Amino acid sequence: MTLLAIQDLNVSFGAVPAVKRISFEVDEGASVALVGESGSGKSVTALSIMGLLQGAAVKGDIRYRGERLEPRRLRGAEIAMIFQEPMTSLNPVFSVGFQIGEVLRKHLGLRGRALRVRVAELLDEVGLPPGRADAYPFQLSGGQQQRVMIAMAVACEPKLLIADEPTTALDVTVQRQILDLIARVREAHRMALLFITHDLGLVAEIADRVVVMRDGEIREQGATSQIFAAPRDAYTRALLSCRPPLGRRPKRLPVISDFMDGKPATTEERSRGLSGDEPAILEARGLAKNFRAFRAVKGASFRIAKGKTLGVVGESGSGKTTLALLLTRLHEANGGEVRFDGVDLFKLEGKGYKRRIQIVFQNPYASLNPRFTVGQILAEPLLIHGIGAGAGDRRSRSLELLDKVGLPAGALDKYPHEFSGGQRQRIAIARALTLQPELLILDESVSALDVSVQAQLLNLLQDLQDEYGMSYLFISHDLAVVRYMSDEVIVMKDGEIVEAGPADELFAHPRHPYTQTLLASIPGRAV
Amino acid sequence: MTEQGVWTLAWLRFSRDRVGFASLMVVLVYVGIMLAAAIGWLARDWSEERGVSYAPPTFLGPDRSAAAAAIAEQRGPGDDYGIPDPLAADLAEIAKGLTGTGASEARSPTLAFGADKWGRDVLQKTLKGAQVSLFVGLAAALLATLLGTIFGALAGFRGGWVDDIFNWLYSVFTSIPYLLLVLAVAAVVNQKGVATVILILGLTGWTGIFRLVRAEYMKHKVREYVLAADAIGASPARRMFVHILPNVSHVVLVQLSLHVVLFIKSEVILTFLGFGVGVDTVSWGSMLAEAGSELLLGKWWQITAATIAMALLVTAFSLFTDAMRDALDPRLR
Repeated sequence: MTLLAIQDLNVSFGAVPAVKRISFEVDEGASVALVGESGSGKSVTALSIMGLLQGAAVKGDIRYRGERLEPRRLRGAEIAMIFQEPMTSLNPVFSVGFQIGEVLRKHLGLRGRALRVRVAELLDEVGLPPGRADAYPFQLSGGQQQRVMIAMAVACEPKLLIADEPTTALDVTVQRQILDLIARVREAHRMALLFITHDLGLVAEIADRVVVMRDGEIREQGATSQIFAAPRDAYTRALLSCRPPLGRRPKRLPVISDFMDGKPATTEERSRGLSGDEPAILEARGLAKNFRAFRAVKGASFRIAKGKTLGVVGESGSGKTTLALLLTRLHEANGGEVRFDGVDLFKLEGKGYKRRIQIVFQNPYASLNPRFTVGQILAEPLLIHGIGAGAGDRRSRSLELLDKVGLPAGALDKYPHEFSGGQRQRIAIARALTLQPELLILDESVSALDVSVQAQLLNLLQDLQDEYGMSYLFISHDLAVVRYMSDEVIVMKDGEIVEAGPADELFAHPRHPYTQTLLASIPGRAV
Repeated sequence: MTEQGVWTLAWLRFSRDRVGFASLMVVLVYVGIMLAAAIGWLARDWSEERGVSYAPPTFLGPDRSAAAAAIAEQRGPGDDYGIPDPLAADLAEIAKGLTGTGASEARSPTLAFGADKWGRDVLQKTLKGAQVSLFVGLAAALLATLLGTIFGALAGFRGGWVDDIFNWLYSVFTSIPYLLLVLAVAAVVNQKGVATVILILGLTGWTGIFRLVRAEYMKHKVREYVLAADAIGASPARRMFVHILPNVSHVVLVQLSLHVVLFIKSEVILTFLGFGVGVDTVSWGSMLAEAGSELLLGKWWQITAATIAMALLVTAFSLFTDAMRDALDPRLR
């Protein structure tokens, strides 16, 4: 029986349409995934069901059990929602027990002992010890916070749970646990689930039906098995194939435009791995960094071969980023030795070495100075290192680099805020390239981007490596991407390197239990 | 997409705010008055005694009792006996030499907005006072903002012992009651005048700005764009002033403008207390200081003129600051 029916839903902000005439249904007890990239209108759709959209014109027919939906009445009791960022969804000044209790007080009128007992039950159901009721949000990890959010959502036994990217901010092993938890509570309460995500891998595991959205329109909808086995829409096909596959390594990842233009995918494969006689560009021994009592990196030793890629995988807090900051000397190391092209990196004076090691950060929205034009951003490194004769020469070098990273010359006089995330990351890469570094550190550089944009940038990075023979230190929590890009891989956990080896070998036959857990947690591995 | 800088966008937002825009116009008029008075186009002879003592504003008409007294004075006490004052001609000559005008030259019984005790034009005084008050406010705010920004940038960016030293300085300055501190600096400088007032206000007023700028720098120095600048080899000074400063400039500008208002008021208070500008200059503060005794006599025009001028400027400046804060708030994503 149909629980929620959406008919010709239109949402617009001012003159900008966000959702254009979409229709889909959620059956009772069913699990529907709403898939799309940023700007596809998937979150807006969810928020308009919940009646939580502000400043938007919502038109269309949303029916709940055949009657016109009144979100104000049903919200919390019949329909519940969990969000991407559990930290900002919880009120920091109240204990989590109080916040779960608030739902029960408001909707069910529970008081006193009955309330406490129910809160303890709910905590138990989401896998938290009942004693955590007195904890404050900041005392919990991201995964635990999301468990609390789920406890709040299921407190009144709703019939529909809307989950808006609930695991995107979480580590892959924690994501696995939360997915299992959602599946379990859904089963226990016979809830329908509307799962919003950008990750097709997740969809395969959690949903019976898939709705693929792009630019506010539904491109395709159908049963999960059908969508994965025989996608009819070109965009769906593109989405499915632009994620780096785990089993093989195409020379070039297909991008959306290939499919939209109907170009055939390349079948050429790229071979990765070391022959064994490559010289080392960088060798670290016993590298350590402490922040007061906290040991962020504990004696890391590794080697980066010239012209090759060393991948670093690990979850948040494993010390990956600290490693990058140590190698760029943005942080001082507390111990250990790094030999860069044969000389001690930490003893190098002046700014000359900065030319040879460059870094691209994760967040393209934060790593470009908003008050600089792209031209200024690209000219600055040249200016600082005295490269290029005069402003004209620096400008022409900048133009050349813009072209290399696939941006038009007109970009030079614009400001970062005028570009999309993927374009900004191209600018950041161009800035790193201005100094023609020998080692480029990519710290989660493609993680914040949509999969289609990610594929374009990975292709770009491959091309640049082929052309300049740069060495990469490729840091990511995304195992498939690391495998695709790397010749060798190191796995970090709690500041230590727990396993190292050739990429293909390590992914095929992980030896360390932690590596095995990580690999087992990759969503949609079976697909 | 158009090629628009951050400042252009801020200006576009600002000019859409009608109250803010009108306030800016008022402020600009005041700045114009300040400049015109400074180069002598306006209120050049404010100190000339053009009216009778406490001449009322023109729209009230001449003060009858005062006019009668003035006539009585002109005749002189000896006139009653029919003997002319033998020194009258000499006195007139001396007076002419002193003031450059003949004492016998008729003093106006009324002036546009009245006269003070010495018969000086209140309107002219107000205009001239605007020059001093606004200049003191602007210059002192600039000085305080400069100090607060540099100290805050160093403390926030460097951290460690540099931060400790500036925080200690900040604590010392803020632990002393404000007026006491102002009087202490005044005593040390031991000189009256516009420059002194600017120094006093500037040297004591940087603390609030310091705190804010320091916090902004602490926030920004760990941002990725600053790390990225470090990674390409930008020196600490370059990161502090070329990279971070433009990104915190909205805070600094708003503080600057808030402090202009604060210091205009402070100058008035200082002068009222006798630590402000000297007797040879006029400011709204000195006008208000004179007004105390005048009010007892019912001569309200001087205090009214100074108050209106000041209230208008302070209100306009505050509204302008608000509008500027809204416009500069970098909500650009």
